[in-house]
Amino acid sequence: MMLKIENLRIVREGKEILKNVNFEIAPQEIHLVLGINGSGKTTLAQAIMGIYPCEGKILFEGEDITHLSVWERARKGITLAFQEPARFEGLSVKDYLMVSAKNKSLNRLEEVIKMVGLPRNILFQEVGDNLSGGERKRVELASVLLMEPKLAILDEPDSGIDMLSCKLISEVIERMKSMGTSVMLITHSEDMINIADRATILCAGKVVASGERDEIKRLFKYSPCPLKR
Amino acid sequence: MNEFIKNEYERLVKYYESAGGNTKALLSKDYASMVINGNKVLAKNSTKEIIIEAEKIEDGVYAHIRIKKGYKSKNPVHLCFGMLPREGRQYIRTEIFAEEESEVKFIAHCIFPNAVKVEHIMDSNVKVGKGAKVEYEEVHFHGKEGGVKVIPKTRAIVGEGGMYNSTFVIKSGRAGFVDIDYEVRLGEYAKSMLLTKIYATGNDLIKANESVILEGAHSSGVIKTRMALRDKAKSEVIGKTIGLGAYSRGHVDCTEIIMDDAEAIASPVVMANNPKAKVTHEAAIGSVDKKQLLTLMARGLTEEEAIDVIVGGLLK
Ligand SMILES: Nc1ncnc2c1ncn2[C@@H]1O[C@H](COP(=O)(O)OP(=O)(O)OP(=O)(O)O)[C@@H](O)[C@H]1O
Ligand SMILES: [Mg+2]
Repeated sequence: MMLKIENLRIVREGKEILKNVNFEIAPQEIHLVLGINGSGKTTLAQAIMGIYPCEGKILFEGEDITHLSVWERARKGITLAFQEPARFEGLSVKDYLMVSAKNKSLNRLEEVIKMVGLPRNILFQEVGDNLSGGERKRVELASVLLMEPKLAILDEPDSGIDMLSCKLISEVIERMKSMGTSVMLITHSEDMINIADRATILCAGKVVASGERDEIKRLFKYSPCPLKR
Repeated sequence: MNEFIKNEYERLVKYYESAGGNTKALLSKDYASMVINGNKVLAKNSTKEIIIEAEKIEDGVYAHIRIKKGYKSKNPVHLCFGMLPREGRQYIRTEIFAEEESEVKFIAHCIFPNAVKVEHIMDSNVKVGKGAKVEYEEVHFHGKEGGVKVIPKTRAIVGEGGMYNSTFVIKSGRAGFVDIDYEVRLGEYAKSMLLTKIYATGNDLIKANESVILEGAHSSGVIKTRMALRDKAKSEVIGKTIGLGAYSRGHVDCTEIIMDDAEAIASPVVMANNPKAKVTHEAAIGSVDKKQLLTLMARGLTEEEAIDVIVGGLLK
């Protein structure tokens, strides 16, 4: 397994946000995480990245990484794209992408920028307030692509992206998979759901189902969240 | 040039070059320039349209720079103010007069590489004529000791439709003690932007008191401060814009990142006595943004590396 989560529990400000979460992501799998607002998807994503302390176990390629810091996990090949990416004053898109890029050639940067549907000259703009929400999300995706991670955790990569471009983003994620990256994909969009191989439903901080994408999708439509917090 | 001066000049120019200064320009007849070490003018060059005069005064140097009416200089004026010894006091009083419709950019390199106890005091009066544009970029290169006191004072008056922009940056070394005192008065439709970027460490103390007085109608000014402070460094920033003219616009924008035991005080002051003026401010002091940090760490940077990227961007 690429990633194995065992009995994960997270408490924040005295509130149990994730309860006894178990699930797995296989190599080169696009694993969808479904759940209504507030069900704990973002918390789970950030916990895997190492942002919150947690109880339970996180295994990455068989190794226990539960006690590793964020950057140690990143250096093992895990990365996360935030639902609302940060903005950086004074940092150009190019400088920002250089931080994560494995291949730091300008050619490669340009190629990836094009792949996520951005114009070349955006490289020289600031990763600040001047970028639109959608542009910022695309830059984030480019940054993840350039890192060539083993596991990419994408928290709603399509939110803020216009309808026409969602297909492009889906293609980019499929491309990641074909390059050997496993993806944990959080999304609410129907189109994007269809690129997933397997899926897990979170509800009130618990896994209520995990399995093949179509089966889980049906289940989610029928009963998105059977439990109460 | 006598042998002694030549020697001193060459040593300073070597530092100037390694600090990113344009040595060719300094030696070229096509560029107006001036090189001062301590309280001694080592070299100066005027062009037909940019006239530089300098003389020794009791406690320092007095320099007068005039840009002739209508002259739009393609080449920047290069100034190099150095203090190579470990100790000493440099006092430079300048008067800059950009005549009507002229345009010029100054690039001033201030170089104190060996400072243990060095004082650099600048006292500038700038007059920007009607429709003229002046940019003054001051870049500092300090040594590692932190033994520099930098005390720049500028009084600028900008005529109708004119512009005065200034940048103050400490590019390398310890900031030391900095006490900036700038005041700009703007006429009708005149514009100004004052930008300060400093990285302070150790027990550095940074004071900045900057004012833009929007006297003329439709004048506009921005005071922008970016600082990062570590260790026990302290800063006190006062950014003041005063809206007197109708439709004048002023903005004070201060962002400071503090780490370790550093302390920062920022007081944006906005004042207006004209109901048609509009002056605004934003000030943010805080530790490094958590989300920025986590984002970079999720790409494999350690916390220290991530801080360097974030601070590097802010002060770029
Ligand atoms: N800092 C916090 N402290 C305490 N509780 C929090 C904190 N942040 C989020 N929560 C709670 O944790 C729960 C899960 O939030 P989370 O952001 O993981 O949900 P989500 O599934 O990603 O929702 P959405 O679809 O809206 O993005 C919510 O009930 C939320 O109120
Ligand atoms: Mg979320």
